[in-house]
Amino acid sequence: MKNRLKVLRAERDWTQAQLATELEVSRQTVNAIEKGKFDPSLPLAFKVARLFDMAIEDIFQYATES
Amino acid sequence: MIKLKTGSNTWAANNLRNSVRLMGWNAAWVASMALAAFGPKLMWNYDTLLTILSVLINLGIGFAMVLANRRYLRGLDELHQKIFLDAAVLTLGVGLVCGLSYELLEDIKLIPFQPEISHLVILMCLTFLTGMIVGHRKYR
Repeated sequence: MKNRLKVLRAERDWTQAQLATELEVSRQTVNAIEKGKFDPSLPLAFKVARLFDMAIEDIFQYATES
Repeated sequence: MIKLKTGSNTWAANNLRNSVRLMGWNAAWVASMALAAFGPKLMWNYDTLLTILSVLINLGIGFAMVLANRRYLRGLDELHQKIFLDAAVLTLGVGLVCGLSYELLEDIKLIPFQPEISHLVILMCLTFLTGMIVGHRKYR
């Protein structure tokens, strides 16, 4: 799954630690999601979407292998 | 513009509290295990009542430790839960497979000594530790 978390975070000038605090996860988790190493659960994805005031599909895109 | 929370991270604080609580139960369990193992010989000369009591205390603290471990796991965020559970699954598998094979070795006379449960515990600890390290490196 691809996501725009890093771009969205950078646009708002937030650090990974700040975002992690807001989402109540560790900084490592934010980093792993940004790098596409870890896909968040649906509740966490909703939390991210609500925080950025966007739809989930505008942040996370399901990518099939080519 | 959305304002982010400032100050302390309540999730991290809860996590730390759960870790400290788990550490406390671990220490208490080890101490009660030592009491149950050495108490009968060194402290109360194999008094049956005291021995049974020490074993029951050890069991009680052991179950409390298991519950503290569950609370600790539930308090982790989802990535760390995954890392923990992956390591736990690996440990369970390695413990079961190697434990039974180790027992078998003695039965079929491939080793001359009685298998020790402590060897299995050490193997499981090392497996869990390895699983945790690999998991953390994977998602770094």
